[in-house]
Amino acid sequence: MTDRLDGNAIAGTLQAVFGTEMTTATGVCGHCGDRNRLGALAVYLAGPGTVARCPGCDTVLLVLVEVRGVTCVDALGFADLNPAA
Amino acid sequence: MVTRGFHGRRSAEADPSRVPPGQYVTRDFPVLSAGPTPRRLAADWTFTIRGAVDEPVVWSFYELRALPATSITTDIHCVTKWSKLDTHWRGVSLDTLLADIDTSADYALAFSDGGYTTNLPLADLTGGQAMIAYEYEGEPLTAEHGGPARLLVPHLYFWKSAKWVRGIELRDDDHPGFWENYGYHNYGDPWKEQRYAGD
Repeated sequence: MTDRLDGNAIAGTLQAVFGTEMTTATGVCGHCGDRNRLGALAVYLAGPGTVARCPGCDTVLLVLVEVRGVTCVDALGFADLNPAA
Repeated sequence: MVTRGFHGRRSAEADPSRVPPGQYVTRDFPVLSAGPTPRRLAADWTFTIRGAVDEPVVWSFYELRALPATSITTDIHCVTKWSKLDTHWRGVSLDTLLADIDTSADYALAFSDGGYTTNLPLADLTGGQAMIAYEYEGEPLTAEHGGPARLLVPHLYFWKSAKWVRGIELRDDDHPGFWENYGYHNYGDPWKEQRYAGD
């Protein structure tokens, strides 16, 4: 049993938060240095918020929590995050 | 297996006095997780009480199982708005685990395999309010639901009942856990609908 999805599952939320298409953006894991497109992240939706993890080392890279209609974003797990060119 | 979209019964079918505000009743037991499910064997599991104690105390799974066990039937309430009534659990009361521990701490930070943490007042772990549960509905607790053992604090929203718990850090200060750090309520009383900070 798994509830793991990939980053494409949160494409709409990411676009709403960042104002641009983000599944093809590239992020670097602050823990292991793996470089991945956001669409390739391991995403867990079935919790109080959404958690996106590095597919290589499972480090939390991105947390999205909707509090009273406002989406709060923590992207501190990334060492680098670049929108698609 | 997809765990979202489970079928629930509306609160109207349950005794409304048992359903906190904003919750609905489900017969299923949704699996909620912020990460991959750890698959730790009971033989490799330990439970540690550390922090504001003279020396950390560690129990193996088998040492825990040898302690006096408690069975409870209780309702559980998830902040994602489902409630499940009459769930049956067996485990060891935190009163038993804390009985011989001398501490000045007022707070506890539960920590789990996978890096999950959640904080709560130490007073909410005592007085028969919390256990380390290793059975659910008469069966060993499955990994999806936090096995080999999880914290169970049913009077608070269920994110406080840390799955895959490995120990409790006793603290003089209140250190926010994983979801508390992201805007969820520091205490999480479902009867006061304390979902988010400021509720």
